[in-house]
Amino acid sequence: MARTPEGPPPPPVVQRLRIRWAKRGRLRFTSHRDFQRAFERALRRANVPVAYSAGFSPHPKISYAGAAPTGTASEAEYVEVGLQERVELEPVRAALDAALAPGLDILEIVEAAPGALADRLEASHWRIELPGVGVGVAEAAAEAFLVAPEVKVERLTKDGVRTFDARGAVARLGVLDGSARGPLDDSARGPLDDSARGPLDAPGAQREGREGPCAILDVVVRHGIPTVRPDDVLSGLRSVADLVPPEPPRAVRLAQGPLDEATGIVGDPLAHDRDAVGASGIPSTA
Amino acid sequence: MPVESVFPRLEPLLTQVQKPVQYVGGELNAQVKDWDACDVRWALMYPDAYEVGLPNQGLQILYEVLNEREGTLAERTYSVWPDLEGLMREHGVPQFTVDAHRPVGAFDVFGLSFATELGYTNMLAALDLAGIPLEAKDRDESHPVVLAGGHAAFNPEPIADFIDAAVLGDGEEAVLLITDVIRAWKGEGSPGGRAELLLRLARTGSVYIPRYYDVEYLEDGRIRRVVPNTPGVPWRVSKHTVMNLDEWPYPKQPLVPLAETVHERMSVEVFRGCTRGCRFCQAGMITRPVRERSITTIGEMVDAGLKATGFQEVGLLSLSSADHSEIAEVTKGLADRYEGTNTSLSLPSTRVDAFNIDLANELTRNGRRSGLTFAPEGGTDRMRKVINKMVTEDDLIRTVAAAYGAGWRQVKLYFMCGLPTETDEDVVAIARVAKRVIETGRQVSGKRDIRCTVSIGGFVPKPHTPFQWAAQLDHETTDARLAKLRDAIRADRDYAKAIGFRYHDGKPGIVEGLLSRGDRRVGKVIRAVYEDGGRFDGWSEHFSFDRWMACADSALADEPVDVSWYTTRERDKAEVLPWDHLDSGLDKEWLWDDWQDAVDEVEVDDCRWNPCFDCGVCPQMGTDIQIGPTGRTLLPLTPVGR
Repeated sequence: MARTPEGPPPPPVVQRLRIRWAKRGRLRFTSHRDFQRAFERALRRANVPVAYSAGFSPHPKISYAGAAPTGTASEAEYVEVGLQERVELEPVRAALDAALAPGLDILEIVEAAPGALADRLEASHWRIELPGVGVGVAEAAAEAFLVAPEVKVERLTKDGVRTFDARGAVARLGVLDGSARGPLDDSARGPLDDSARGPLDAPGAQREGREGPCAILDVVVRHGIPTVRPDDVLSGLRSVADLVPPEPPRAVRLAQGPLDEATGIVGDPLAHDRDAVGASGIPSTA
Repeated sequence: MPVESVFPRLEPLLTQVQKPVQYVGGELNAQVKDWDACDVRWALMYPDAYEVGLPNQGLQILYEVLNEREGTLAERTYSVWPDLEGLMREHGVPQFTVDAHRPVGAFDVFGLSFATELGYTNMLAALDLAGIPLEAKDRDESHPVVLAGGHAAFNPEPIADFIDAAVLGDGEEAVLLITDVIRAWKGEGSPGGRAELLLRLARTGSVYIPRYYDVEYLEDGRIRRVVPNTPGVPWRVSKHTVMNLDEWPYPKQPLVPLAETVHERMSVEVFRGCTRGCRFCQAGMITRPVRERSITTIGEMVDAGLKATGFQEVGLLSLSSADHSEIAEVTKGLADRYEGTNTSLSLPSTRVDAFNIDLANELTRNGRRSGLTFAPEGGTDRMRKVINKMVTEDDLIRTVAAAYGAGWRQVKLYFMCGLPTETDEDVVAIARVAKRVIETGRQVSGKRDIRCTVSIGGFVPKPHTPFQWAAQLDHETTDARLAKLRDAIRADRDYAKAIGFRYHDGKPGIVEGLLSRGDRRVGKVIRAVYEDGGRFDGWSEHFSFDRWMACADSALADEPVDVSWYTTRERDKAEVLPWDHLDSGLDKEWLWDDWQDAVDEVEVDDCRWNPCFDCGVCPQMGTDIQIGPTGRTLLPLTPVGR
């Protein structure tokens, strides 16, 4: 029989929080594991009554949704936390945000309604800036990508090089002109309104003090196995149109959520919870 | 003049390197002060990878002490890995601080903390990346004062050509003293240039400026004497000693990194110094006397630190934490306070004879029961008398019996190989000790799943210890002895599976020995290794023994000395040692007598509980032992995480 620790079992989960957070500026270089450690410490500093699992090595009840790759920024990352006591949402949001380094920002907290959050994260909306790449060149590459029935790309994983199709997952691929933009404010706050607002108005759309052409890819990618990432789309553009950006591209995830296949618009995954229970922070839909 | 951040130029490179987060800063509790509002600016470096350097207590303490001062700022920099170094050279990005990404060359002081000599090549890499000339003589007013501290600075002679200054001992007051000297000199319009500033530092008597000392050699290669070459420069430079740790409760706001690092815990130093008198231990010798932090300050620091960091583990640091006069009260008080908050306590170094089950139970009450580590250091009672460990095999067996009896299943034992007077038998005896430990564990627990890990380090003689005269064991003999021990452990099948065996080969120890007891001539070797691509010598995947030996052969070709002269040669009493002009407070006569006692297997007690043995530190430095008990207790608090 398995040994169990002495004493009563840990208190049960009485409230579940769904949290949208952002990874901005230089902190986009944090990996998923880096964020996990920082977030668990922030929960402690902010005195959030997190529930723990039973056993000799109790673990906090936290589940993370698919993470943006290291080096990419995001305005729409999600994590869910189980609590052993009920809390007010806004004080917890503010305390958690204060307990994290600027650049890891807690945007919104809702209380979870029934239904798994992961099931609602069907697709991601990415903006990929390509400094040094002209709009015409990018448009031609995007065109070639979209007409291809399949675009095989390779990615180096823990288990070696993996080859898969990057085309099938792409629900939308547009090109915008970012060359005439003003200075970038990566940490700009404000509603992140993927459905009701032009993508160029979103944070992360502009680059700091750069001259010259800068095409911006506006991409919606369905989640799958493996999940197609901004890198993979760029690999695909290289293979179909020899598009090789002269400078490292910069990607930001603008939204994650349910995908409207007809319009290619990514919806708000917390809308259901917010309507059902309540929220604090900046909703990601208008 | 504003100094611009190099981050825009660094950023495109970060997508091309491993673990970029280590270069972006943004740690919780990091500080960025206004450059133009400060007139004395320090760049502090731990010359190893970020994951090792960030948790370093010394650097975190100085960072806070300096930043608390108005008009003074401090930022941090760490060694960059070769992938980024290559890109920085290609794109002309200089060595930068992680706080505001300012170029290190723009600061007034570039202070490096050397916990080990194996960081010397990394210092040269950082200097070169910073655009600072490698040799001090080639620098001018536009360059920072390159300052070495940390334990290795007690013999900075191998790096004397590369540093402008060195500080021995505790840094808290020393950095403020140096700051004041620089501020005054700058305020006067920097009269006399760099030479004047360095001279002012030298004349304080507690900052070592190598250029103001000439080293003369005898024909056979030994040092004839070391003499000041400038009026007003003292013959000997003293170490710094902070006498009241309660007045210096740092770090108050420990840095919490985003990147994964080697220690992720709230560390509080419970005392500084150690008078157990282990003869191999440089840390114990050079940090005398013992100065305890009071139970109340420890409690306040833990509380404030946990609130500021969110760490889940508290480490009570010192050279032998269970020796604190109120350690039982401290651990019980903390365990009570953090009951139910998943906060664990650890004592990273516990002596065999100071361990008891009550203490161990308090340590594991709120957290996981990790393994226990003890350091008998030597395999036989004879060997332990030589090193003055003052622990017998029976003490060890009693302690592990208590631990296994109380439910522990795993014990780790740390030993050394290559100690003075050691024979093959002394090392092979470790196998017998390990078997006895397992046998004891099986008896007292009634279980078979008892484990013990034997971990062996190679002994390197260090300056300012009684073994500073000793011959280091050559690496071939070290490896042969370890092979015999491995065979002896494996020979008995009833025990072999229960005993883990971890060791390193003897080669890195020879390089460490060369750098530890080297003189100024060794600088040429360090430079040659650096120029040949040597970096990160503390990392086995980067360390190249063959490169060190080849560079030493060519760099020392015109000298009457070689690597074995520095390492495996025993010194006699009359020899002038390269660090004799650097004063750790220890009386050289006392060290010599203690060396003779070692050879005669005579033990010397701890002066905390016995009369003074005249090591010389207290009268020399005007210090005294500072220990409790205070009789106070920890106040109840509502802790973080509850």
